[in-house]
Amino acid sequence: MATTDIHAAQHVHSHDEHGHDEHHAGNFWTKYIFSEDHKVIAKQYLITGMLWALLGGILSVIFRLQLGFPDMDVSWLRPVLGGWITEDGKLDPEFYLALVTMHGTIMVFFVLTAGLSGTFSNFLIPLQIGARDMASGFMNMLSYWFFFASSVVMFSSLFLSTGPAAGGWTIYPPLSALPQAIQGSGLGMTLWLIAMALFIVSTLLGGINYITTVINLRTRGMSFSRLPLTIWAFFFTAIIGLLSFPVLFAAALLLIFDRSFGTSFYLSDIYIGGEALPNVGGSPILFQHLFWFLGHPEVYIVLLPALGITSEIIATNSRKPIFGYKAMVGSMLFIAILSFVVWAHHMFVTGMNPFLGSIFMLLTLIIAVPSAVKIFNYVTTLWQGNIRFTPAMLFSIGMVSFFLTGGITGIFLGNSAIDIQLHDTYFVVAHFHLVMGSASFFGMLAGIYHWFPKMFGRMMDRRLGYIHFWVTFVGVYLVFFPMHYIGIAGFPRRYYSFTNFDAFSGFSDLNQLVSIAAILTLSAQFIFLFNFVYSIFRGRLAPPNPWKSNTLEWTTPRFPQHGNWPGEIPAVYRWPYDYSKPGAKEDYIPQHIPYSETPESNLPHENELIKLETDQASGHVQEGHRPAH
Amino acid sequence: MITLIIGLGVLLLLGILYLIFRLTSLVSLAKDTSRDEDEEEVTSGNSVNAFLFLVFMVVGLGLFFWYSFTHFDSYSPPVASEHGAWTDTLFWITMGVTVVAFTIISIVMFVFTYKFQYRKGRKAKFYPDNHHLELAWTIIPAIVLAVLIFTGLRAWNRITSPASEQAEVIEIIGQQFAWSVRYPGVTDGKLGKYDFRKIDGINEFGLDLSDKNSFDDFKALELHLPKGKEVLLMIRAKDVLHSVYLPHFRVKMDAVPGMPTQFKFIPTKTTEEMRKELGDPNFNYELACAEICGRGHFSMRLPVVVEEVADYEAWKAKQQPWLKLNPDYLSKVPVELRETAIIKAGIPAESVMELPAAATTTMGSH
Ligand code: HEM
Ligand SMILES: [Cu+2]
Ligand SMILES: [Cu+2]
Repeated sequence: MATTDIHAAQHVHSHDEHGHDEHHAGNFWTKYIFSEDHKVIAKQYLITGMLWALLGGILSVIFRLQLGFPDMDVSWLRPVLGGWITEDGKLDPEFYLALVTMHGTIMVFFVLTAGLSGTFSNFLIPLQIGARDMASGFMNMLSYWFFFASSVVMFSSLFLSTGPAAGGWTIYPPLSALPQAIQGSGLGMTLWLIAMALFIVSTLLGGINYITTVINLRTRGMSFSRLPLTIWAFFFTAIIGLLSFPVLFAAALLLIFDRSFGTSFYLSDIYIGGEALPNVGGSPILFQHLFWFLGHPEVYIVLLPALGITSEIIATNSRKPIFGYKAMVGSMLFIAILSFVVWAHHMFVTGMNPFLGSIFMLLTLIIAVPSAVKIFNYVTTLWQGNIRFTPAMLFSIGMVSFFLTGGITGIFLGNSAIDIQLHDTYFVVAHFHLVMGSASFFGMLAGIYHWFPKMFGRMMDRRLGYIHFWVTFVGVYLVFFPMHYIGIAGFPRRYYSFTNFDAFSGFSDLNQLVSIAAILTLSAQFIFLFNFVYSIFRGRLAPPNPWKSNTLEWTTPRFPQHGNWPGEIPAVYRWPYDYSKPGAKEDYIPQHIPYSETPESNLPHENELIKLETDQASGHVQEGHRPAH
Repeated sequence: MITLIIGLGVLLLLGILYLIFRLTSLVSLAKDTSRDEDEEEVTSGNSVNAFLFLVFMVVGLGLFFWYSFTHFDSYSPPVASEHGAWTDTLFWITMGVTVVAFTIISIVMFVFTYKFQYRKGRKAKFYPDNHHLELAWTIIPAIVLAVLIFTGLRAWNRITSPASEQAEVIEIIGQQFAWSVRYPGVTDGKLGKYDFRKIDGINEFGLDLSDKNSFDDFKALELHLPKGKEVLLMIRAKDVLHSVYLPHFRVKMDAVPGMPTQFKFIPTKTTEEMRKELGDPNFNYELACAEICGRGHFSMRLPVVVEEVADYEAWKAKQQPWLKLNPDYLSKVPVELRETAIIKAGIPAESVMELPAAATTTMGSH
């Protein structure tokens, strides 16, 4: 590989990169496909997630064309979409719903749950806590392959003649239970349910592993209070997932029964297609409760990893400790707990008892407090920093901006009285795309730019990163900010066209702007894809610690083998945020440097810890675990 | 043709990007990249990015305020119900509070990114925490939110409190992909019972004709509402979820098969008044569906008319009971109630003539 590298940096470290590929035991299959190495599994998640993101983005651009340019002749899509383009060159209304549904499902579950948590929890947990691998490499591998199977099933549902699931990503019954009601509720829905069942298995396998690994495999000295915020975030995320995904599984299972075995969990009093169905006694609202019991925590499953990743990146690149480490952990914990008791804010106008509505409104608005604390802490971390705008840093700042803009509109929606009007309008679409979609997406991109050197041993191109960031950042705002106005004007979501109503006849200008911006934003992602692929093979070789970061992953070799550290796992002596410590020679002190080596910068209480360090070094604490091979 | 142009455009774009990329990587090749320059590698382009953030903040906030003020009328729909005025007020109070917070935080954040950009030789401030600060910005949002919660709760409780006895009851039924409206007739003012098993091609409400309250119920093709009077919508669905959405009245409530729901409100402006207010003689109130229900979801429109109470009553009096329009269904009325039904529905004698025959057959089956 070195021979193909055109960059001048190659000579710098060329002595230690030889044979990084050749040393591995095992063949191609065990090394790249059925690997138990958490780093390989992370890359598998990443690449699958990126493919899904591309598909999800393309779907959104197709339906954005319909919304922005309702009169456009889209016959040119016929080679791809076939019968879903009507005679007169329009998108079929039912297929529009299928696109929206698949877009939502793909983005929320396949990209921002599997692609985000799957990639970074897998990659960073062992590297940052100082472990040789996950607690169970085998389960970890299974987790990916369940995800892969789930992906295959979901993807194949796109090619059914009756189309994929089309009842919205929330698949509310009875619509999702009755093939008579919409074609997508036939085989498409069956595949959706199977895919999600597999997906849940994958998530649980992964989650159990993350939790066990964080609890049991931390290296010497890595107490919980010295964990990087990334790990805290992944830890909480895994716990939330473990507690909430089984509920979705139950909901899906009951739906499967209703669909295929004649039960009536969700069905009652239905007259459709000229006949009254025999089902009585079920409740569609029950499904909504079960769904949102997962659905709301899911929002945080998607968001917390992004918060963790950006905390780490912002601290590193501001060259400052993250402000209020304890508050950051505390607010994540608080958010994680509260996320389980706010689900019914999605159901204020479903006919649920209004008293319940009051309770959920109260709890929902409480969750805004820890979120606000996080924003303030981010901003204070920037204050008096020495900020380097690496692409990762740009995306992290972008994520804070989206988190702020999108979070603030949550205060409107959480207020049940205001939500009466805003519910199921574009205001909601604007809100969740900013706070969960774009914020998490930016967290993910920031993570890729930041840890790419560790993943692939090479650097991504900075300038392309800048271009990518600016086009995407401005693009995302142009796509989602105007939707607030459209939503305040009352436009309902999941509408194929707005021409039937006088009340929703305006804003064709804004809708066009949004669609054009969406196309632009999607195009900018190709810059990123190019940069990503090109840099894997021909990027500048990465220096050992390119961002001068404190965490343990940067103490591994450029191309870490299975097991991560060639020798002993380094011990940890301090928290990960000793940036710009007064008195220190450099502006960072990595976690594995003992206090005994930094007398010039130690705080008084840290000097007292020096004594303990010698105990630690002499091996009173267990040695990190080694992989089986 | 379009395909070709788009394809070419994309190719061109990719080509240009690739060129830029080659160029910049050649430039960086020309530079000597020794160890020390890693720092420079990381920080060059810094001032540009910092500056761009500042520009973004100024232009972004500028556009936001400019559009919000100049286009206010186009995105704030007129309100025509009593509680709609309350929730709008709450909305705008929340907007005031949050926009202030949003603007301040945005400015502070982007000014910080600009001001504290990397400078060689400067050292960042080691500032791991400050409990007073943290306490302050936990408590301040908590207080502000408490106020918002409190006002929101009050409005919510009033909106969802039980309707009064005198409320005008109207039933709305969602189905793929149309709304039907049923009024309790003028003689008894009560909606008759229904049963989804009794629905058929003609009996779209599933009227239970053994309940005498159903005899004078009538169907309307538009939703007529009296101004200034409390209206109680009784909402149900036949097939899948729908949602009754009256944007101008700030009303939204799901229609759920098997679980009737309701929403009460007071219209405050007649259609005519609203036309004058907006200067639009073609204005009409509308009812839309706000819950995904299938391919025709986007087209579930029902016209809505608000009138003065007198006009409303006159309109109601002119409507024909459903049973009168479908006298065949008299056969479903139990014999002992048939007399009442004929009177209440106002069925003319000619149509009743044929009935006895039909009646005996149903009697036999009883
Ligand atoms: C290119 C970027 C994107 C664009 C242009 C876009 C656009 C849209 C639009 C316009 C809708 C509403 C469609 C309708 O209601 O008729 C929608 C729905 C949705 N989007 Fe996106 N989106 C993008 C990225 C994302 C991301 C990153 C997420 C991740 C959370 C996401 C999640 C969703 C979800 C959950 C829905 C709701 C689907 C449903 O109603 O069932 N989107 N998107
Ligand atoms: Cu929620
Ligand atoms: Cu609908």
